[in-house]
Amino acid sequence: MPDTVTATEASPTGTLDGDYDDAAGYYTPGTPLIDTKAPDGPIADRWQNRKFEARLVNPANRRKLSIIIVGTGLAGASAAATLGEAGYNVKTFCYQDSPRRAHSIAAQGGINAAKNYKEDGDSVHRLFYDTVKGGDYRSREDNVYRLAEVSTNIIDQCVAQGVPFAREYGGLLDNRSFGGVQVSRTFYARGQTGQQLLIGAYQALERQISAGTVSMHSRHEMLELVVADGKARGIIARDMITGEIQTHLADVVVLASGGYGNVFYLSTNAMGSNVTAAWRAHRKGAYMANPCYTQIHPTCIPVTGTHQSKLTLMSESLRNDGRIWVPKDQADCDKDPRDIPEEARDYYLERIYPAFGNLVPRDIASRAAKYQCDDGRGVGPEVDGVRRGVYLDFADAIERLGRDAVENKYGNLFDMYARITGEDPYTVPMRIYPAVHYVMGGLWVDYDLQSTIPGLFVTGEANFSDHGANRLGASALMQGLADGYFVLPHTIRDYLADGPFEPIAEDHPAVVEARESVQGRIEHFLTVNGERSVDSYHRELGNIMWEYCGMERTEDGLKKAIDLIRTLKDDFYRNVKVLGTAESLNQSLEKAGRVADFFELGELMCIDALNRRESCGGHFRGESQTEDGEALRHDDEFAYVSAWEWAGDDESNQMRAPVLHKEDLVYTAIEMKQRSYK
Amino acid sequence: MNLTLKIWRQPDAASAGAMHTYQLADVSEDMSFLEMLDVLNEQLNAEGEDPIAFDSDCREGICGMCGLMINGEAHGPEVTTTCQLHMRSFSDGETITIEPWRSDAFPVLKDLVVDRSAFDRIIQQGGFISVNTGSAPEAHSVPVPKDDADRAFNVATCIGCGACVAACPNGSASLFMGAKITHLGLLPQGQPERDERVVNMVAQHDHEGFGGCTNIGECTAACPKEIPLDVISQLNKDLRTAIRHGH
Ligand SMILES: Cc1cc2nc3c(=O)[nH]c(=O)nc-3n(C[C@H](O)[C@H](O)[C@H](O)COP(=O)(O)OP(=O)(O)OC[C@H]3O[C@@H](n4cnc5c(N)ncnc54)[C@H](O)[C@@H]3O)c2cc1C
Ligand code: SF4
Ligand code: FES
Repeated sequence: MPDTVTATEASPTGTLDGDYDDAAGYYTPGTPLIDTKAPDGPIADRWQNRKFEARLVNPANRRKLSIIIVGTGLAGASAAATLGEAGYNVKTFCYQDSPRRAHSIAAQGGINAAKNYKEDGDSVHRLFYDTVKGGDYRSREDNVYRLAEVSTNIIDQCVAQGVPFAREYGGLLDNRSFGGVQVSRTFYARGQTGQQLLIGAYQALERQISAGTVSMHSRHEMLELVVADGKARGIIARDMITGEIQTHLADVVVLASGGYGNVFYLSTNAMGSNVTAAWRAHRKGAYMANPCYTQIHPTCIPVTGTHQSKLTLMSESLRNDGRIWVPKDQADCDKDPRDIPEEARDYYLERIYPAFGNLVPRDIASRAAKYQCDDGRGVGPEVDGVRRGVYLDFADAIERLGRDAVENKYGNLFDMYARITGEDPYTVPMRIYPAVHYVMGGLWVDYDLQSTIPGLFVTGEANFSDHGANRLGASALMQGLADGYFVLPHTIRDYLADGPFEPIAEDHPAVVEARESVQGRIEHFLTVNGERSVDSYHRELGNIMWEYCGMERTEDGLKKAIDLIRTLKDDFYRNVKVLGTAESLNQSLEKAGRVADFFELGELMCIDALNRRESCGGHFRGESQTEDGEALRHDDEFAYVSAWEWAGDDESNQMRAPVLHKEDLVYTAIEMKQRSYK
Repeated sequence: MNLTLKIWRQPDAASAGAMHTYQLADVSEDMSFLEMLDVLNEQLNAEGEDPIAFDSDCREGICGMCGLMINGEAHGPEVTTTCQLHMRSFSDGETITIEPWRSDAFPVLKDLVVDRSAFDRIIQQGGFISVNTGSAPEAHSVPVPKDDADRAFNVATCIGCGACVAACPNGSASLFMGAKITHLGLLPQGQPERDERVVNMVAQHDHEGFGGCTNIGECTAACPKEIPLDVISQLNKDLRTAIRHGH
């Protein structure tokens, strides 16, 4: 989708008048974050310089140094394999039964790299430029440049591992254009790129497990971070089969635990995706950056009922040939769409955005669909009194191209749709609705991917740095692998050059405290014995988040959401019902811990959204729009990263006002521009 | 619709298990099979009975985490994963039997959850190409014929769900193993370790307690990714070649 393409480019507009701090009272101002540790000099040399300056660790010393990695998605598996090869002593963890099942496996579209194989004008600089612009100038320039720079090595690495990317008849790799980008830089393996990339990283990881450099702890969930003498030194994990609470200590800890979109309950994320690893680190001093930035994807299969557990994404490529419409008249909404004549249909995207039509960017398409449904013109089954769906109609395409051509292009997607909905999309228009897909926020990291806790590094979707306010298609896979294969291994060695650190004992007060905190929480959940299931709380929290902190946010809505969350959380701690024991496989207990952390994250997301009184990327503030309803950024006021510091909680489990540290975003290689799609 | 569900309950690996019967009303045909179990679990939780443990994660048919024997068939009556099976494949008043994967190499951990880590250990014995990070040649330096690349992709789609093992009367993992051997064997990058790979993986397979393949074909019939049976012929062929080469 054309996340990056602007029809016209105007200069930054809009200033704010007077006092507008909507979030006053909800947070405490903190000192600015000044040093990101990015090297100086021309942007193209910075990464080379940093690699050269990072201290080396003698190969003989590496095996004396230990690294814990939480997560085995693209970010974690690639890091574990690479650090294992280098000879460090690596321990990795994931909550699934095998590292191969991490959520990265579900990515469909592809992965970008500035290979310029098509000789169509692509370059490292252009990939960098597109990514910064696509993120609406809210990502960090240095990190994004480095991402573009190492992107080419990623493809080499994956091909050497045997990843079966699409190829042309001459045997060379094929590329496609993705996300409306003007150049063809996306490498893909049919609709299963994430799977093939992850299997490559997983195999590299299994090779190291067999070589004895990496030990894998699957079905283990990290529940607490150990911070001793100011440094991250280990984790507390629960063996999800036996319930055993284990202490794992190391010289350094890496979190590669993925995104937190499941705070919305319904999302395209895997069921187990959670914020716990990141949130527990946040509570120990790691800042959480830009938590309110959520990517919402316009083409998902709509909700059919309250039983629904997750949403399924359908590739955006469908918008290339499908036409989106709703009935003009509410009275037509429950009719068979085939009986609604052409003149009674509202092709609203084509009407409002004639230049881009059905191909407007993700955030615009998503919001427009929501407005039609809020207006009572949604289609499909009524859930909680509202129809949430719009038609994606292929009738014209089938007539123009023939059914066979459409089948060739989109057959697998049509089959998937038919399986899930029970309707035949060749004869009845598909129904789609936006869904939460990815989060751009995450733990704050410096240029070295180190958080505000020394010795705690964060990679992949769990950190915040590369995507700004809006993520481009095919860029998250790139980031996960860049971090794990090429960035972290260099920056972590500089930190480890000071090690091995003084060993810490299992009875160190920091370890004891962390273990007790885990045990205390587990005991609490199992003894409340209230009335409501964990899932029912999660669903209710998700509704609040979606309603007030979803596609459009307003001051009143966000304040209301914060109140609702606080009340619901209070009830959760007093009225949740978790059966079973701590000493066995207990899925309700696992969920209870995750939902508890989602409550706090959800509140912080609302506070962050309240503070940011501008619209940018996936963050649309109702108060900040142009006269014709488009997103209006305020670069003069908000060109910063908000990095939130945990301020503790009170006796009744409510969090104290968090502290806001701002990192100003400075662009030296790129000029900020406003986007417009009209 | 209203259903009678007969479900295997087993508190942990060491305890004996038994079938339990539950009634579930108001099941919508739009629910996935796993959502139907979610609803049953909400009901059990409300009644104070321990919810049924089962595995799932992506619920999109790609991670391979889910997997149940439904009326004696791996992943149930359709050629798909359990998470992509919907209740419209069943009818009102039906009795559905739900059990975990049954194989000596996949011990039951609780209720419907089994331990499939034997698959990871098979991969550890050579299901990879040995290349360290940073030492890879430029991607275009090794062209791969499109047909080989496409076929490699087709067999690389195995999600490691274990349905092939569960469906096989011998409990063989040959389809799973053959898919990986074929994937890597089709690529130039996979040649140097080809002999060693097949010998070591097969040895691990046998060591884990999977049974031998007698070409019954239940595996491919149950495979949600339609991995073809001929990957097993490829496996056998590679094994014979390796032995001929003195491995
Ligand atoms: C449907 C879909 C399609 C997508 N398509 C694309 C695409 O085409 N291109 C693109 O670039 N991006 C795409 N994305 C986004 C991309 O897939 C993800 O952002 C990326 O894979 C995240 O990788 P990760 O390694 O950071 O985390 P994940 O892959 O989510 O891995 C998280 C890991 O952390 C572990 N973990 C989490 N919490 C704990 C804990 N407490 N204890 C122990 N372990 C834990 C998990 O077990 C897992 O191993 C898509 C996403 C979705 C949902
Ligand atoms: S071969 Fe098929 S059935 Fe067997 S593990 Fe792979 S995907 Fe599952
Ligand atoms: S839950 Fe992932 S394949 Fe079924």
